[in-house]
Amino acid sequence: MKTYSATRRRFVQGLAAGGVLAATPAWLQAAVKGATALGSAPVLSGREIDLVIAETPVNFTGVTRMATTINGSIPAPTLRLREGDDVTIRVTNRLPVDTSIHWHGILLPYQMDGVPGISFKGIAPGETFVYRFKLQQSGTYWYHSHSAFQEMTGMYGALIIEPREEKHRADQDYVVELSDWTDEDPMRALSKLKVQSDVYNFNRSTFFDFTDDVSKMGLQAALEKRQMWNQMRMSPTDLADLSAATFTFLMNGTTPAGNWNGLFQRGDRVRLRFINAASNSFYDVRIPGLKLTVIQADGQDVEPVTVDEFRFGPGETYDVMVEPQDDAYTIFAQSMERSGYARGTLSVRQGLTAPVPEPDSPEWLTMKDMMGAMGGGAMGHDMMKMDSMGQTKMDHSQMSGGMAMDHSMHGMQQGSDNPLAKPSSTIRHARTEYGASVDQRVDTPSTNLDDPGIGLRNLSQRGLRPQGHRVLTLADLKSIDGVLDDRRPPARELELHLTGNMERYSWSFDGLEFGKSTPVSLRHNERVRIILQNDTMMTHPMHLHGMWSELETDQGELRVRRHTIPVQPAQRISFLTTPHDLGRWAWHCHLLFHMDAGMFREVVVS
Amino acid sequence: MKRILMKPLTNLVLAVSAFQASTALAQMDHSAMQMEASATTVDGRDPHAYSDGYTLTEGPYAQPGPRQLKLADEHAFWSVLADRLEYQKDNDSTVYDAQAWYGTTFNRFVIKAEGDISNGTLEESSTDLLWGHALNAYFDTQLGIRLDNYRDGKDRRWLAMGVQGLAPYWFELDVAAYVGEDGRTAFTAQAEYELLLTQKLILRPRAELNLYGKDDLDNGLGSGLSDLALSLRLRYEFNRQFAPYIGVEWTDTYGDTADYRRSAGRDTSDTQFVAGLRFWF
Repeated sequence: MKTYSATRRRFVQGLAAGGVLAATPAWLQAAVKGATALGSAPVLSGREIDLVIAETPVNFTGVTRMATTINGSIPAPTLRLREGDDVTIRVTNRLPVDTSIHWHGILLPYQMDGVPGISFKGIAPGETFVYRFKLQQSGTYWYHSHSAFQEMTGMYGALIIEPREEKHRADQDYVVELSDWTDEDPMRALSKLKVQSDVYNFNRSTFFDFTDDVSKMGLQAALEKRQMWNQMRMSPTDLADLSAATFTFLMNGTTPAGNWNGLFQRGDRVRLRFINAASNSFYDVRIPGLKLTVIQADGQDVEPVTVDEFRFGPGETYDVMVEPQDDAYTIFAQSMERSGYARGTLSVRQGLTAPVPEPDSPEWLTMKDMMGAMGGGAMGHDMMKMDSMGQTKMDHSQMSGGMAMDHSMHGMQQGSDNPLAKPSSTIRHARTEYGASVDQRVDTPSTNLDDPGIGLRNLSQRGLRPQGHRVLTLADLKSIDGVLDDRRPPARELELHLTGNMERYSWSFDGLEFGKSTPVSLRHNERVRIILQNDTMMTHPMHLHGMWSELETDQGELRVRRHTIPVQPAQRISFLTTPHDLGRWAWHCHLLFHMDAGMFREVVVS
Repeated sequence: MKRILMKPLTNLVLAVSAFQASTALAQMDHSAMQMEASATTVDGRDPHAYSDGYTLTEGPYAQPGPRQLKLADEHAFWSVLADRLEYQKDNDSTVYDAQAWYGTTFNRFVIKAEGDISNGTLEESSTDLLWGHALNAYFDTQLGIRLDNYRDGKDRRWLAMGVQGLAPYWFELDVAAYVGEDGRTAFTAQAEYELLLTQKLILRPRAELNLYGKDDLDNGLGSGLSDLALSLRLRYEFNRQFAPYIGVEWTDTYGDTADYRRSAGRDTSDTQFVAGLRFWF
């Protein structure tokens, strides 16, 4: 459909054999030997692991670049460890600069968490740091550098902790690790965003889009469609900061042209451990022809839910069971801004392929994404919600009148004395949200969890997917019994807002970038509610280190245990946590550029 | 004939740009207040309320020594934009208009340089050295000095104070007032807009006007509205950072400035075809 020049195609599709270059130093040979030709990472297991960080030449697009790698591979080796084990992981730094490894989603002593400046000093050039911790959990996790942009330049790998008793029988078990590669120096890319924040957006609204709309809907409607956006200096196609204009999207370190291949035999139950290890890319994942049964989210068991497609952001993981019957299927992961995709194949033998879909056209953000509940008139979705939960909506619209005693009202409805039975719906903007660091504040946030998000709404009705196509939402995720083991109600409630200024390319909590912020202080073993309200138009995957984030509904019903919670534009969500481990922890948006621009807080547990 | 048609047009454009500038400024001033008034919420939450008095370097479990973790919000970035580097056909001259900055998100050192080179010599130039500070989400205030150099005139030095940023409906505005020696004052305003014909083909209308507080005979500038320039440039972005363009620029002079030009035997208005490059890094 689209015509690309040859170089453009190679850039987007990547080199078929793209990846780490063959000439590998001798000390890396052992590690690389385990890697297959298809780009799957080597597997390391046991109680003692040695990792070496070094610069390694790679070529994904036709251009040779230096990557930062762990044991010379991209992705880094998959670590298969065992629940209950005490593990020792020695990390040696052969880079000319400091490095670190963070074990994403793992509960451990804070000194082992691997965030330079918060948990430890970092690992200096030539040094070996020894991580020692006990694995208190099981499931699919990952690990990555927490220093500068090293994660973006290759330092990420899967971390699988096998449970003492495996509940999920599978005949094949594959890690599907999605990431994004850029030939640019990441700091240069960030610096370009500082100059022109839509520098990577090639789906901006043009004059001819406008004339098209005029002929379709008339001048008045076409103008109205744009008025709010133009007045507010916001772009309705600002779905991601980076795109295929700089990224080559990877599946298990393999370009779309390289086509990562996982094999199965007919009748197999195949477990796919999806990890979003991208620096800045949300992925919408589907396997045309297969139902996806989600069995775990962020490594933790959920009540199995069968869907056709799911979206996940950097830091999130989903374990999915599939039962393929045909010869070949495409695993298709298009990026949220629709500029490209990562892709691989599941097949009964090597070399088979299945049709590869085209990426969808990018959909304009809606008023709901800008304003939340009050902006959602366009969607039948919201109307339905209003019918079924009229009472809640009533509260919300009254809220617009500035009611401050929502707490007591909620309490009465619940028939409970606890004013914290439900998350507060009174919106409290920080005073620091009224400065140059914030370009918008949301006063009518949505609180429902069943919105699949921009680009994934009403896909069947719009003819983009077959009838009955189901997209996973947060509302579909429910931890199985026994996972959420702290049933205490929260003793207190904190509210923080996710904020930003797209034009200046600044991101923050409460309008304060990291350097101006103070830590959030939590008390050891307290049960506390944290409300996150997203005052921006982008989805932020919020990752809290050192403790679980246990998502609840706006009615205070505890739902699912996560380590990374995506918060949609103009959405207000809340989660409970119990900090069992003392120390200082990082809490940040896992879009690497948002984190680095300042959407980062420290949490002190004492 | 041409002049007759142009005059009302000029007045109209003038009125429009003045209106734009004033509404944009008004909006800037009031945007915060308006937002607050329409808020449905409890405002002014203390962003440090959850810290129990701890900071990034003090309190339990803080790493010893000075703070090690610094992110891009404390990093100084820089950029150079050659907005117009163009050849003007009829004048047979080269015009440059560039801007560079170094600093953080909210505080920046800014240089603006404009000039006109013909026959291999710098005819006139104007250079602003400014300290920029964020006024609100979209605008920076800028304070500093401006140095004007003339080959055939008298150099002027000014104190500069201005506002630059992005107004509603995507107008890029740059407005500045100047105070010079001997009670001289000046005011300039620039407005630009980008119309995307495609993702890479961009039409850019631009307006600029200059006013002076009193006559400057040495440099041929009269008090009041001195000149107005309107232009259209069509550029093709080979990539976002590199774009050649062609365009047309119409300039008109008024009042004493026009008289000075007439008495020097020069046209008071002219239309130029231009070709140039826009690039940034």
